[in-house]
Amino acid sequence: MKIHRYEKIWLALSFGIILAFMLIIGVQAFAFEHAPPSHKEIIDPQKVDVTAPFDNPGVFQTGDNEYEVVMTLQAFGFTPHEVEVPAGAKVTFTLTSKDVIHGFQIAQTNVNAMVVPGHIQKVTQTFRNPGEYLVLCNEYCGIGHEMMGMTITVK
Amino acid sequence: MKQQKQETKRTLKEKATQALGISEADAKLSKSYMSVAFLALLIGGFLGLLQGLERAGLVQMPSWFTYYQVLTAHGLLLVLVLTAFFAIGYFYAGLSHTLGGVLPHVRTMAWIGFWMKIVGFVFAVIPVLMNDATVMFTFYPPMAASPLFYIGLALIVIGVWICAFGAFINVATWRKQNPGKHIPILAFFATGVFVLLFFGSIGVTIEVIMLIFWSAGVMETINVMLSRTLFWSFGHTLVNIWYLTAVSAWYVIVPKIIGGKRFSDTLTRVVVAMLVITNIPGGFHHQIVDPAMGPALKYMHVFMSLSIAFPSLMTAFAMFYVFERTGRAKGGKGLFGWLKKLPWKDVRFLAPFIAMVAFIPAGAGGIAQTTNQLNQVVHNTMWVVGHFHLTVGTSVILTFFGISYWLIPYLSKRVLTPAMNKVGVIQTIIWTVGMFFMAGSMHYVGLLGSPRRTSYTTYGDHAVALGWDPYMILLAIGGTLLIIGVLIQVYAVFHLMFFAPKGQTEFPIAESEEPQEQSPLWTDRWGVIIALMILVIAIGYVVPLTDLIVNAPPGSPPIRTW
Repeated sequence: MKIHRYEKIWLALSFGIILAFMLIIGVQAFAFEHAPPSHKEIIDPQKVDVTAPFDNPGVFQTGDNEYEVVMTLQAFGFTPHEVEVPAGAKVTFTLTSKDVIHGFQIAQTNVNAMVVPGHIQKVTQTFRNPGEYLVLCNEYCGIGHEMMGMTITVK
Repeated sequence: MKQQKQETKRTLKEKATQALGISEADAKLSKSYMSVAFLALLIGGFLGLLQGLERAGLVQMPSWFTYYQVLTAHGLLLVLVLTAFFAIGYFYAGLSHTLGGVLPHVRTMAWIGFWMKIVGFVFAVIPVLMNDATVMFTFYPPMAASPLFYIGLALIVIGVWICAFGAFINVATWRKQNPGKHIPILAFFATGVFVLLFFGSIGVTIEVIMLIFWSAGVMETINVMLSRTLFWSFGHTLVNIWYLTAVSAWYVIVPKIIGGKRFSDTLTRVVVAMLVITNIPGGFHHQIVDPAMGPALKYMHVFMSLSIAFPSLMTAFAMFYVFERTGRAKGGKGLFGWLKKLPWKDVRFLAPFIAMVAFIPAGAGGIAQTTNQLNQVVHNTMWVVGHFHLTVGTSVILTFFGISYWLIPYLSKRVLTPAMNKVGVIQTIIWTVGMFFMAGSMHYVGLLGSPRRTSYTTYGDHAVALGWDPYMILLAIGGTLLIIGVLIQVYAVFHLMFFAPKGQTEFPIAESEEPQEQSPLWTDRWGVIIALMILVIAIGYVVPLTDLIVNAPPGSPPIRTW
């Protein structure tokens, strides 16, 4: 099999690009802990309301400048649907769904996760700038999907 | 003397086949597939326009035919019907042409597959129209459609399988009759596509069968993550199947149309084999932000997805190599002079060329979505819809359009007139501009956070959501141009099928630069390619599937949220 010299160069570059991607992703994911939301914990999707911590959704301070937001998603809303956290605090969202698959996206941030019934999802964010952030469901979940939104107020 | 006589005889026979072209029966089969494909484009296109206008806030869909119903139907028509029917019609014509006709029993199989898919589609679409299956084309449980919807989907898959096995039988018979010869290149591509169609859809078929029993009440609950994972083992493979179909025309057909030769036969076969081997686990990147799967597993899958980019990058080289070589052979001078020598006014070249160029940003966007952190930024936003319309709606579909301008007249024994060629060029330009606006604004508004599969909303006039609106108007403008493109394209197809002047049209297959016979025979060993493919699938899926089954939460009952 004869491979042209230019093609060899091109193939080496292609391979190099892929390797570079892998390297950057690996360092980000494992050294900087920027791996995508991948929480592994299960729950009975029909008993969310009586299972801790989802029997008491809300905002909780868990440490010095650290907060946990326990939230359930259901067609077509978030509980709680208004959240207030201080700027610069490390906020962990603990999420599960009471019915179908939903999305949890905070517009104009990198927070974006799937919330699947039967599974608990966690995603952490530090809001550096104060403001009113828009949270929305980005997985089609039924006739009121476009109404499924809420705000996070960062002060 | 005797030898010479034999040679004249052979050329006579060749001339005869050439003059007669495709057999009436094979032509009828492919024409039927094409007719369904382009009717699906017509209806699906209109539904797409309605969506674009509604999303821009210009129209309000009535309560008896909601935005989400339209979206489900649009997806089914264009994602399942148009692409599948086009690919099968095109490859069966290719098998007929390159293998000396489709075998009679294989033709029967293709017809059974055809009607099975039609019946399946009717089954699937009835509940969609009755608003009993507004679950989108991803049909993620526990959102549950009417069982009829899933039965329809299963029939469609079985119909496709029958066509795939027909193709395998045809290729295998040809090989038995032609020992030591290489599978003709287009039949080789067809084999790759049908191998992927069969193996890629096994996971989703298991899922759909479970969904039938679950939605009918036989099974009480369903494992949601398992279903989702089985779905995506197929979801992205399907996209790559269309892509591989388009690529077959880039490698085999386009060089002939521009008057050049095909790229290295061996490397072409290697690219097909690599795409087949690496493809199926590639769909995992749709689950990068899913729960229940650890970061290490996701990292491995990033690599598995990215490896699909490698054969695509090889293709990029091959294409421009052929263009430059052909342009220079025709006297093009200087660094870019060869570009001028390409037949820009020929729709059979222009459409696939723009398709290839569109694949440069489309492929780059694909690489972005494959990678962990970038995926998190754009996951489930309009960016994804833009990417889909750039890859499938432009790279694949524009190639299909380009193919139709010679394939349809070839099948109907008619010719592409200069006037119709001009219509095709205009159509190509309208399509390109329409997609530029639509896919472009989708990509951008997705980066701003606008979600996909959502009807018009401002989230209570939130400032961020209001900021998306101007781009939605661009989206609607693009969509309007595209429907004009659809109308022209459907007109062109049926004109070429029934009304164009009678005559002979060639099935343009380019000769290879290096004779096909010189390629090593191992490139044709499908047994080895399939074994490697299964090995790669096992690496990708054994661990997560076992984990999802063993550590499963209590399942979910069927839920209707529309």
